[in-house]
Amino acid sequence: MDALNYPFDSGFILKKRKSIKRELLSDGTKRITKRIAVLGGSTTSDIVSILELFLLNEGISPEFYECEYAQYWQDVMFENPKLLEFSPDIVYIHTSSRNITEKLSVEMSAQDIENKLENQYKHFEVMWDKIKSLFGAVIIQNNFELPYYRLLGNKDASDPHGLTNFICRLNLRLYDYANANDNFFINDINYLSTSWGLDKWCEPKWWYMFKYCLCLDAVPELCLNISNIIKSLLGKNKKAFALDLDNTLWGGVVGDDGVDGISIGQETAEAEAFYEFQEYIKAHRDIGVLLTIASKNDEENALAGLNHPDGALRPEDFISIKANWEPKDLNIQNTADEIGLLPESFVFVDDNPAERAIVSAQLGVRAPDIKEVDSYIKTLDRSGFFEVTSLSNDDLKRNEMYEANAKRNRQRAMFESYEDYLLSLEMKAVIRDFETVDLKRITQLTNKSNQFNLTTKRFTPSQMDEVFNSKEYIRLCGRLTDKFGDNGIVSVVIGKINSDSLDIILWLMSCRVLKRDMEYAMLDSLVKKARSRGIKTLKGYYYPTAKNKMVKKLYEDFGFTKVYEDDEENTVWSLDISGYDDKNKVISVKE
Amino acid sequence: MDKQEIIKRLNEVFRDVFDDDSIVISERTTADDIEDWDSIEHINLISAVEREFKIRFTMGEVSGMKDVGEMIDIISQRA
Repeated sequence: MDALNYPFDSGFILKKRKSIKRELLSDGTKRITKRIAVLGGSTTSDIVSILELFLLNEGISPEFYECEYAQYWQDVMFENPKLLEFSPDIVYIHTSSRNITEKLSVEMSAQDIENKLENQYKHFEVMWDKIKSLFGAVIIQNNFELPYYRLLGNKDASDPHGLTNFICRLNLRLYDYANANDNFFINDINYLSTSWGLDKWCEPKWWYMFKYCLCLDAVPELCLNISNIIKSLLGKNKKAFALDLDNTLWGGVVGDDGVDGISIGQETAEAEAFYEFQEYIKAHRDIGVLLTIASKNDEENALAGLNHPDGALRPEDFISIKANWEPKDLNIQNTADEIGLLPESFVFVDDNPAERAIVSAQLGVRAPDIKEVDSYIKTLDRSGFFEVTSLSNDDLKRNEMYEANAKRNRQRAMFESYEDYLLSLEMKAVIRDFETVDLKRITQLTNKSNQFNLTTKRFTPSQMDEVFNSKEYIRLCGRLTDKFGDNGIVSVVIGKINSDSLDIILWLMSCRVLKRDMEYAMLDSLVKKARSRGIKTLKGYYYPTAKNKMVKKLYEDFGFTKVYEDDEENTVWSLDISGYDDKNKVISVKE
Repeated sequence: MDKQEIIKRLNEVFRDVFDDDSIVISERTTADDIEDWDSIEHINLISAVEREFKIRFTMGEVSGMKDVGEMIDIISQRA
């Protein structure tokens, strides 16, 4: 909902929260339910009602437990039966520097202060450990905002007797716990309050009157921040940028101003702003975000702009560049299809409000109002589209895989003939007998391949061992590599020798290498191997299932002759291999 | 700003905050007259009124206001 998209009007959200909730609940979205316990060290009622809006907006329907005023610690440590009964999925601990109980004085020794720090930290640590053992719930814990006054002035920051110093060190202890414990996340109110303006955030009036540790106006921003952590944990992050070019990634219009006329680099203030934005976008590759272009431009001009020597981004940073005169929603839809993502996984960045309106209306894509170039970064950053809750190698690998897929699909469009395209992939296959290390993957393939699978014969590991150790079989597994990456073992064929003919009891291939002529390469190798064993005839079997229609005509296409068909369309095929010529012309095969 | 203008704008704020388009306030309206007007909504109301009229109530005013009439008086002195 627009009212909740950053940058938002906090006052509007606070005032209209009831009608916003009604609207969200009636929009027909299917939502997942999560039980969230909000345990506060200060008043939390507004936080609960505003957090609910942001979660509903992300497709999450929260059920809340709210502790009595400032009972966050007691509720956990003394096992409040209501909390136990609620059994939260997520526990949000809304504490602040107002909840720091250890008092410092300048007379204390360094060791006294260390002890105070340890006590204060332990107060929290025992509670987290208890939550973990009671519920195994995800914990979201506020860190501590800076104090709103400094008894020691500037020395408050550096001297251990200063509360500022104490809070900074306490925060570091929290981070150590966060780094050592899965399912524990910091809600960084230290950053939020600084960015909001500490004086305004901590306006003491709110504490004295209502026991609020932050001013009411800042509550929506706090709640957006919490909701970003939660939606990220639930796999609801965005995955890709769809970026405009002119006046978004550089100043000016490359088609009109020429590549020398656009504003990017270090020469002017505006050029610097666009350069920093390009750097910001480029850095998203490192956290697994996919970059794509959706620009109304001639492709030649778009590439010239992206190749501008003073720019930070390069054309190869993008897994898809759509620069043409088609509607942008169509281009983004096509890009999404190419990569294998849903359009709603994209964030559309465009300076033109009309384009944003069309794309968000047509595709349900988030298209933030980025305003002027000097606020692009802040708007995207604070929106939290790509909130990082884990940094795993898997995420980064997945990025590479998407890129490889998109590159292949894009290249296909650039070639005159399909064969030219296949040749351009520089495919290399290794096709050979099974080896011990392959058995696990091969067995797995026999059990999960449904579409390109002629007999759908499943193998247990021990059955596979039997085939592996027997001389009665000819076994082939094929691994395919192309210039974009290694696809691993993708095809398996098993034939049983029956005097001078071979019964092909298994022929399967992974769908990720469909239409790459890998099946021809496999057949070539099979014929070669069969000949060396004195075989004259190959016999193929096709047993139809609900899922393997795509290979109904495979043997016919291979040049086999149908010798048998029963009522259920089970077919048997035969091929005399004496005059067989190799069929594969695009994959270089090593045997 | 005259009283009529203040009442008109204040009435809109009340309707938004309590999500009830049937609310019609007068100078004698108190928390007892509006069902949802509890201590929590009071905070939201005060803050919405402050934003609407770009004023700040003092702590004494927030806890001391007896009815809408007193609120209007404070607003008319500041806004």
